[in-house]
Amino acid sequence: MDLDLMIKVTPFFVEAAWVTVQISVLSLVLGLAMGALGAWARLGRSRPLRVLGGAYVSLFRGTPCLIQLFVLYFGGPQVGINLDPFTAGVIGLGVNIGAYMTESIRGAILAVERGQTEAARSLGLSRGQAMRRIVLPQAARLMIRPLGVNSVALIKGSALVSTISVVELTYTAQRFIGSTYKPFEMFAIAAVLYMAIIYGAIRCVQWLDARHAID
Amino acid sequence: MSDTMTRPATGGGKATRPMIEVKDAHKSFGAIEVLKGIDLSVERGQIVAIIGPSGSGKSTLLRSINHLESLDRGEIWLDGVQVNAPLTGKAFERHINAVRQRMGMVFQHFNLFPHLTVMENVTLAPRLLQGLSGEAVRARAEKLLDKVGLADKAEAYPSRLSGGQKQRVAIARALAMEPKVMLFDEATSALDPELVDEVNLVMKQLAQEHMTMLIVTHEMRFAGEVADRVLFMDGGVVVEEGPPDRIFTAPKAERTRAFLRKYLRD
Repeated sequence: MDLDLMIKVTPFFVEAAWVTVQISVLSLVLGLAMGALGAWARLGRSRPLRVLGGAYVSLFRGTPCLIQLFVLYFGGPQVGINLDPFTAGVIGLGVNIGAYMTESIRGAILAVERGQTEAARSLGLSRGQAMRRIVLPQAARLMIRPLGVNSVALIKGSALVSTISVVELTYTAQRFIGSTYKPFEMFAIAAVLYMAIIYGAIRCVQWLDARHAID
Repeated sequence: MSDTMTRPATGGGKATRPMIEVKDAHKSFGAIEVLKGIDLSVERGQIVAIIGPSGSGKSTLLRSINHLESLDRGEIWLDGVQVNAPLTGKAFERHINAVRQRMGMVFQHFNLFPHLTVMENVTLAPRLLQGLSGEAVRARAEKLLDKVGLADKAEAYPSRLSGGQKQRVAIARALAMEPKVMLFDEATSALDPELVDEVNLVMKQLAQEHMTMLIVTHEMRFAGEVADRVLFMDGGVVVEEGPPDRIFTAPKAERTRAFLRKYLRD
């Protein structure tokens, strides 16, 4: 193992890891927004919206994320969508993880006992008040873990955007392999940095979970 | 309203109007008809207990009065206002939210809000819906918690309470809206036997204050002690009704006799 080489290239990898963090955080924000929207549509009273939400989930969970990225980045220009790799990566990953977020958020809302809504409504609270004051605060706690799992999957999935030439960790590793012919070392550095990012993410989730534990 | 115009003006009309009136209530879940034409009226200050085997429709009836179940046919009236008014969409939403504020409901499984303290459980609805100041609502809640014997638990979360304490908080929460009637849906069925009495005691206290109450219960002894009238339901109909003495000691219908025999033996 070429330790000298590893030490020499590590700063470049750290820089690339920062790109991975950025792309992950931005797609996470987009994914959460899409998930909230998707769950709202799927749980709503409007049938067309429910169908639309269902179609979104089926489409983006039912096809490979890689294909979705390719369609957006390589197919996009054909229909007039010209995105730089980073933007395409964020949108592609965000919309994809949003489908999973939709199901996690929906599941958490449905997991709040029906009796909670009934008790709130029986006091005279409107549907919206019962949702905001009673159901969502309880569902939020139930969401933390599944959304954490999704976030970790997202960080790992972000390696896919190397295929559309976003200069993040995986892409950087591949580039250095091209010039050094040391795949073991290069991928090892990338792996360690992925682990560090994911460790940080898991700690955040644990902190949130502990903070919002029920009594 | 035209309704009051046609009513004979005896004592303003209001005194003679039942607090709760159910007319020809029908309700099916799929192919199963759970309510097959129920008529019921509860006068102001009266306490009516509904007894009957599981699946007799008694809980569904109670839930229909609060519109947690919607009837297929029939009418529900609360103090001269039709609960299941022929309105749709937003108009009905507004109507039912207003009507429900005048009915307190207590559930078998308490349904306290676990993310709120006891105090917040009790003050949430009056604060949101009655536009009162925080202080006024708090004072009211303190009085109610004192009444149910839980003044010292105001800042506790529900998970720290026993079943009996939870149910007493649930009663205080319902009373905080100052309802005209209280509906109890098997309020003590989920409790350990030694915790039943503390809840019954609170209910008896309400009875002494002439709260209008409709109580679905499995406890014959309690029904006999507090109710002015007992209804026996079976198979979606009211089989028999009358004062508790008569229902428990000299039931007319064979079905009532069979039910009571089985129940009192167990």
